[in-house]
Amino acid sequence: MGAALYKVTRDGRLLRAVVLGVVGLGVIAPIGLGLLQTGRAAFGILPALGHTVLTLDPWRDLAALPGFATSLRLTLVTGLGSTLLSLLLATGFCAAVHARMSPMAGARLLTPFLAIPHAAMAVGLAFVLAPSGWIARALAPMAGWERPPDHGTVNDSWGLALLVGLMVKEVPFLLLVILSALSQIPVARHMAAGRALGYGRGIVWIKIIMPQVWPLIRLPVWVVLAYALSVVDMAIILGPSNPPTLAVAVTRWFTDPDPAMILPASAGAMLQAVLVVLGVGLLLALEAVVRRVGIWWLRRGGRGLSAEPGLWAASAGVMALMMLGALAMASLLVWSLAWRWSFPQIVPESWSLKPWAGAMQGWTRALWNTLILAGATVGLSLALAIAWLEGEDRARRGRAPWAEALIYLPLLLPQIGFLYGLNVASLRAGISGGMAAVIWAQALFVFPYVMIALSDPWRSMDPRMVNAAAALGAGPWRRLIAVKLPILLRPILTAAAIGVAVSVAQYLPTLFMGAGRIATLTTEAVTLSSGSDRRVTGVYASLQAALPFVAYLAAFAIPAFLHRNRRALMGTATA
Amino acid sequence: MSLDLDALCIQSATGSALFVPLTLHVPAGGVVTVMGPSGVGKSTLLDGIGGQLAHGFRLSGRVVLNGRDVTHLPAEARRIGLMFQDALLFPHLSLGDNLAFGLPLALRGRAARRTAVEAALDQSGLAELHDRDPATLSGGQRARAALMRSLLAAPEALLLDEPFSKLDARLRDEMRRFAFAHVKSRAIPTLMVTHDPEDAAAAGGEVVELRGGSLNET
Repeated sequence: MGAALYKVTRDGRLLRAVVLGVVGLGVIAPIGLGLLQTGRAAFGILPALGHTVLTLDPWRDLAALPGFATSLRLTLVTGLGSTLLSLLLATGFCAAVHARMSPMAGARLLTPFLAIPHAAMAVGLAFVLAPSGWIARALAPMAGWERPPDHGTVNDSWGLALLVGLMVKEVPFLLLVILSALSQIPVARHMAAGRALGYGRGIVWIKIIMPQVWPLIRLPVWVVLAYALSVVDMAIILGPSNPPTLAVAVTRWFTDPDPAMILPASAGAMLQAVLVVLGVGLLLALEAVVRRVGIWWLRRGGRGLSAEPGLWAASAGVMALMMLGALAMASLLVWSLAWRWSFPQIVPESWSLKPWAGAMQGWTRALWNTLILAGATVGLSLALAIAWLEGEDRARRGRAPWAEALIYLPLLLPQIGFLYGLNVASLRAGISGGMAAVIWAQALFVFPYVMIALSDPWRSMDPRMVNAAAALGAGPWRRLIAVKLPILLRPILTAAAIGVAVSVAQYLPTLFMGAGRIATLTTEAVTLSSGSDRRVTGVYASLQAALPFVAYLAAFAIPAFLHRNRRALMGTATA
Repeated sequence: MSLDLDALCIQSATGSALFVPLTLHVPAGGVVTVMGPSGVGKSTLLDGIGGQLAHGFRLSGRVVLNGRDVTHLPAEARRIGLMFQDALLFPHLSLGDNLAFGLPLALRGRAARRTAVEAALDQSGLAELHDRDPATLSGGQRARAALMRSLLAAPEALLLDEPFSKLDARLRDEMRRFAFAHVKSRAIPTLMVTHDPEDAAAAGGEVVELRGGSLNET
């Protein structure tokens, strides 16, 4: 009997062993190694510079660095603030409009906001929010401004522009996550039951629906928080510059000409990781409090109808953010094509392709690098994800919880926490500074998203379809290539498009592992954003925003064309 | 040809036997019907015979096909066809390509394979529909196509899992006659699980009652 099962699943075992090996050595080991290296340096051990004694000095130096306290405060305010506000707005918006919006329409509306990289969105927002931006231009006739008003609306010392920028990207992501969670809950029936018992719509939402939604969105909210606490590219473009947020400050210290700065920088990177842990702990504590208070409130049976205005305020907030985001995206293209555009004019007085032609050599090189990186990382990630899922199928078993947690690990750790250490390790291995090192570092973040995007559609495929193929004599490889992959073409391409968006958006891995020598659209856009020529910045940011968008378009158009005569595969299985 | 089950028993992950060990003989062209209360594991029994058991289930006893012990073979090597209540035609392939999927590799040459598919389409009243999207076929057409696809693979036994339960009453009669006629003319031993006594009556073969197992079974 045992022999029988061995025969059936031996193939699956080999595949699973290979996948486990690749994930373990390729993803988990480097992250662990990077954390270890950074952690050692944070406690004074950096043999390359002759530091070999365990000491707390790096932490003291870190605390004494100019602006440290302000940086820490800025990080907490923008990171925690944007996450909690986004969660509040997204929840309120879903409560107000869920019944009126189909998930398909919602997903389509959100796609551009999800696809655009953080850096491109930040550049566009800077164009819109700046004293000489679209908003000021629109207000100019009323305010009587002849020239840009003297207000620091971008890079403000409060970090408000950064807060808004983060929310413009986070709210659509949370909306998508909440909408997909809602599709697993019988919302309409619970709403009807609650209202029949005399509860208002908003109250039913808070008391009945949200408690069911939260467990489904908890992990994505953690990912958002971890990201917001440690974002670098968007914080460079929109955030205060002196002192900047902690993640930006740590990045600067790591790249400081004085190598001794690596020690306090490492302590800062570790602190960044601690902040994420504390942030998640705070969310867990909040959850516990809300649960206690909530159950007391629930048992009291209040029917209050007063939540309604709050929901509409949240919806208005979401609409305002979406409009701001749309304006920002449009402004990228407009600026890249503008020639003469003096202050109070809403549209440029003259247009030109000169910014594109002038910077051609630069952007073609960056575009190629970006395309190569995206192609390689997405190809690798997709192959690994398919191998993983197929391994689960062949063993005829689901995923262990520890494996699920493993996938989220790179998304929950701040990049700055282990990228420096990873770079040191790869320097020692002699692979730093090249394309391969960057591909590897980017894939650490592309793979989890591809895996998450592909898992649900893969598992929701009717297993009897595959059994039918086996009964017709098709072996495991023919079942995979001739049945599963074609049927799952749409979700596979959607996962690939998400992977492209993630790869194109990567800033820190490219910077650190490429040793600053590999220019991508993102690194160039971030560098240029501090300069004065908005036109050239617009060119790079437009291209950066366009790439993921083209990928999403392809993910939609290719299956639509190939399956145009296959009704069962049209309009279903959107990932 | 014949299909024999020898003290076949399936245990769930918790170690409890799903049903009392089953021994039966299906002669060539004969249709044996297995009936039993829902949840007793009728579909799992077919999974076991076909080699498609999910992880955690354990099988004891033997499945013997034409004197060949297939208990330890993977599903694709057993040559046991399967038909469910849903046709499960592959949604990305045309009707003709669905049928061609089942054709043995040994049948060589594009023209020969195409002829075999066209002949099967003809026999099942689906002539001229080679390039059709399976999603646009009627329920009866899909059921006939699914049976034909299984038969083109030249199976040495056929398993039917509630094959007619999703068809409406008129089609059900027609489909029963169609299926059993083909099975008999090709002398394929067929095992059907159903909860519909009319299925069993139409099959005309032996009827076996599957009884729930007990925790003491090992």
